[in-house]
Amino acid sequence: MLVTLWLLATIVFLLVSVLPGNVGRKVLGPFAPEAEVQRYNQAIGTDRPLLQQYFTSIRRAFTLDFGKSYGTREDVRDMVLDALGRSGKLALLAFVLTIPISIVAGIIAARRQDKITDRVIVNAGLASSSIPEFVTASVLLSIFAVQLGWGKAFANPPDNAGPIEQLQYLVLPATAMAIAYFGYIARMTRAGVITALHADYTRTATMKGLSKRQVMVRHVLRNALAPTITVISVQIGYLFGGIIGVEKVFNYAGLGSLMLGAVGAHDVPVLQGAVMLVGMIYMVSTLLADLLIAYLNPRIRLGATK
Amino acid sequence: MTIVDMGHGGARSATAGAPALEVDDLNVVYTVRGIDREVLRGVSFTVAPGEAFGLVGESGCGKSTTAYAALRYLPRNGKIVSGSVRVGGRDVTAMSDAALQEFRAREASMVYQDPAQAMNPTLRVGKQVVEAFTVLGHSAPDAAKLALEALRKVRIADPERVMDRYPFQLSGGMQQRVVIAMALACHPKLLVLDEPTTGLDATVEAEVLDLVRVLRQETDAAVLMIAHNLGIIRSLCDRVGVMYAGKIVEQGPSAEVFDSPQHPYTVGLLRSLPRHGVRKTERSLATIPGILPLIGAHLPTCVFVDRCPLADDKCRTEVPPVVALEGDPNRFSRCHHVDRIADIPEPEPGVPITVLSPSADQPGVLELSHISKTFRQRNHAVPALVDVELELGEGETLGIVGESGSGKSTLARAMLGIDAADAGGVLALNGTQVPPSTTERSADDKRALQMVFQNPDSALNRSWSVRRILARSVTKLTGVKGAAANKRVEALAAHLRLTPRHLDLKPRQLSGGLKQRVAIARAFAGDPRIVVCDEPTSALDVSVQAAILNLLADLQSAERTSYVFITHDMGVVRYLADRIAVLYLGRIQEIGPTNEVFNGPNHPYTEALLSAIPSVDGEEKTRIRLEGEIPSPANPPSGCVFHPRCPRAMPGVCDTTEPQLVEVAAGHSMRCHIPFDELGRLQGVPLPTPNDD
Repeated sequence: MLVTLWLLATIVFLLVSVLPGNVGRKVLGPFAPEAEVQRYNQAIGTDRPLLQQYFTSIRRAFTLDFGKSYGTREDVRDMVLDALGRSGKLALLAFVLTIPISIVAGIIAARRQDKITDRVIVNAGLASSSIPEFVTASVLLSIFAVQLGWGKAFANPPDNAGPIEQLQYLVLPATAMAIAYFGYIARMTRAGVITALHADYTRTATMKGLSKRQVMVRHVLRNALAPTITVISVQIGYLFGGIIGVEKVFNYAGLGSLMLGAVGAHDVPVLQGAVMLVGMIYMVSTLLADLLIAYLNPRIRLGATK
Repeated sequence: MTIVDMGHGGARSATAGAPALEVDDLNVVYTVRGIDREVLRGVSFTVAPGEAFGLVGESGCGKSTTAYAALRYLPRNGKIVSGSVRVGGRDVTAMSDAALQEFRAREASMVYQDPAQAMNPTLRVGKQVVEAFTVLGHSAPDAAKLALEALRKVRIADPERVMDRYPFQLSGGMQQRVVIAMALACHPKLLVLDEPTTGLDATVEAEVLDLVRVLRQETDAAVLMIAHNLGIIRSLCDRVGVMYAGKIVEQGPSAEVFDSPQHPYTVGLLRSLPRHGVRKTERSLATIPGILPLIGAHLPTCVFVDRCPLADDKCRTEVPPVVALEGDPNRFSRCHHVDRIADIPEPEPGVPITVLSPSADQPGVLELSHISKTFRQRNHAVPALVDVELELGEGETLGIVGESGSGKSTLARAMLGIDAADAGGVLALNGTQVPPSTTERSADDKRALQMVFQNPDSALNRSWSVRRILARSVTKLTGVKGAAANKRVEALAAHLRLTPRHLDLKPRQLSGGLKQRVAIARAFAGDPRIVVCDEPTSALDVSVQAAILNLLADLQSAERTSYVFITHDMGVVRYLADRIAVLYLGRIQEIGPTNEVFNGPNHPYTEALLSAIPSVDGEEKTRIRLEGEIPSPANPPSGCVFHPRCPRAMPGVCDTTEPQLVEVAAGHSMRCHIPFDELGRLQGVPLPTPNDD
């Protein structure tokens, strides 16, 4: 895990150090005097040798202290954590919307395999995951927020908003994200359930005289959901950092917007902080998924020695 | 002999009272690409309470479909079109979903092939056994008590511990015991056993079958058993039905059907088995020409007509009657020519094979001396082969037997150099030492030593045509290219009785038997001196197996090739091998001429292996049963590695000193502390005198 973190920090450093341009010039603008620019670079350390900058950057990554933003001079950690809080709310809502629905849809599709219900679910899933989420977001925005006035076109709730009010602001972008994931999760669940339904142990359970429901809940699902869990965990990192399109459409100040802005402004510490954070979320969610799978599958938990 | 109209009634059981299972004129179809294809064509039979009825036949004949239809558990595309299945007088085909669920819970149970898959891998054994009782309405604590009792009943010594484990932590035999315990939870009226021991080792199989025998006496369930192993059916079932293309073509008491078959298919099936200790040089095995009709094939008259040696115009135009036979009132055969069964030609005589036994001035084609193979596992030495000494003469077949994990395949791989043997041993071809690893061997050495694998599906490149597969081997092994290689491929194919048409097909378009023929052709592409065959027929039906074994014998006769034949099938090894080596935990425990190994006296391990086989001939054998499982090679027992399981072990000797492999009679060696004549006395075998056969 530490090695992964180090690799991530290194890659981020390499990427930002190949970004063209002089940081001081970029921040202070084309008309600032050269001496100002040099003083600025000296202050933030971008005039030092690359190797030294590298070590600074690695140390910062491991101490989670990314310094101050080049642009706003705010503490990067605070900026990133604020954005994370907002992205987290959005991601959480998207998850709450999408996971139960898509898992249930996947199970229904598997049980009605090759019937009309199955076809509808599979094709809806295919469509939902092949339409880019910013398109879905724009459509939702123009229909529900603009035409019908049911939701808010801007996702940023006012500072003093209560939970219900926040929900009203977030529901449209969260729905756009949920739609994007529905297809993946539903199809993965369907495939897992179909495999488990054909397994010998399912036959044993049926022959024991268990009801269809008991067979499904006690025997099929536990075995069927492992691939789904893996997919979900991989999506978590993406959901936090990757839904830039949705954040942009709804003008939401989450991690995605923060990163996008930082790239444009050459704001290396912010970019570094945000990317490192997304990377960590990614790692933690993968770890949690592995633990959950190990919990569900004793073979992994106890080591397959036999 | 009388001809009776079976009509819809089917064969009525002679036993008084209602039959436990009554299958009447059952017709089942599978819908494949929108078309209903017939799988069962009017199957009728009955099983009385307490009776065991076996269904035999080659794969695809409909025996599993019959069993699953009896419990109404057909695949999604399967459908019962007519007929009925009555269990305890109630029609299973007409039950509502709720009634069916209740029926499965209380009246019928099933034990399956592959017990490892039959249990939910993610739930503890205890939970799964308890569930079989809670479904009957028992409270959780009661069910737990009953579950423990059920596990004890299937002879599990430590049920509390087993309940706490997960299925994958149990051995195959133990898993099958648990499945049987679950099946018996409801005291079923009908117990279906679907190949319950296929895939288990012979000694474990014997244990499970013993258990089934004992349990049968304790319940009065009707047993419907499916097995491709006719010996198992004979030893366990009172009556048997022989199925072909979705019909029961012959039925009757097991002993009668197997001893005097009255349908040409049964005759063919039985004659394709190596039986009565017959050897390849004495008689070839009977094969059944042609292939099983596909499901849904149009078979208006006799289903067997296309492959029958007795078929005439009558067979092609008239549906054969159900001919009641003498003896048992339920014995019948569906054949026009029951009176001409004796006219079916006997299999051809065997082929002459000259064996050049290795001697002082004549080195064997293959010699292994002090061959060991040690695997490393997490810095832990795992000796998989220990000090193996073997030699093989020209034209000779050496059978290698032993349970799984005994090192049979490791030995084969060491010979071929796929897994190089440890340094220190000597492997010689025609008296010349060769390097242990294939990659270091010369092209000639590689050509001389070839292998045929168990599963031709994974041994042949599935996207290539047969011609390309063989041409590549010809080029790789002999250096011949282009048109010359193609000519050689055609000659090879003809030699292996593959037609030119087969050459342009891909492996998936061939049947299992043809695929294995291609795999053998591949091995023979470079005129090998030795071919190592690793279970080459264990995935094949018996009539196909017979054709492959005949082919191997013919090739040996013509090419004077030597075989190392790895198998778990004692019948096959007895038919084919000149000598047999018995492996246990990587050590040769006994090696000797086939007849001597089969007649005994034997090493106790060989004795156990031999007594584990249920014979289709119904020969009674003294039984010795092995307890426990093969120990891990990483941690072999002290002294004789077999002593913890050996019923004849002598405390104080066998557990301290490892016996040496000692020659006990000419060419017959054993690794046992018990003297040879003492073993003979214990096993009731008269010692062979030099004049004895």
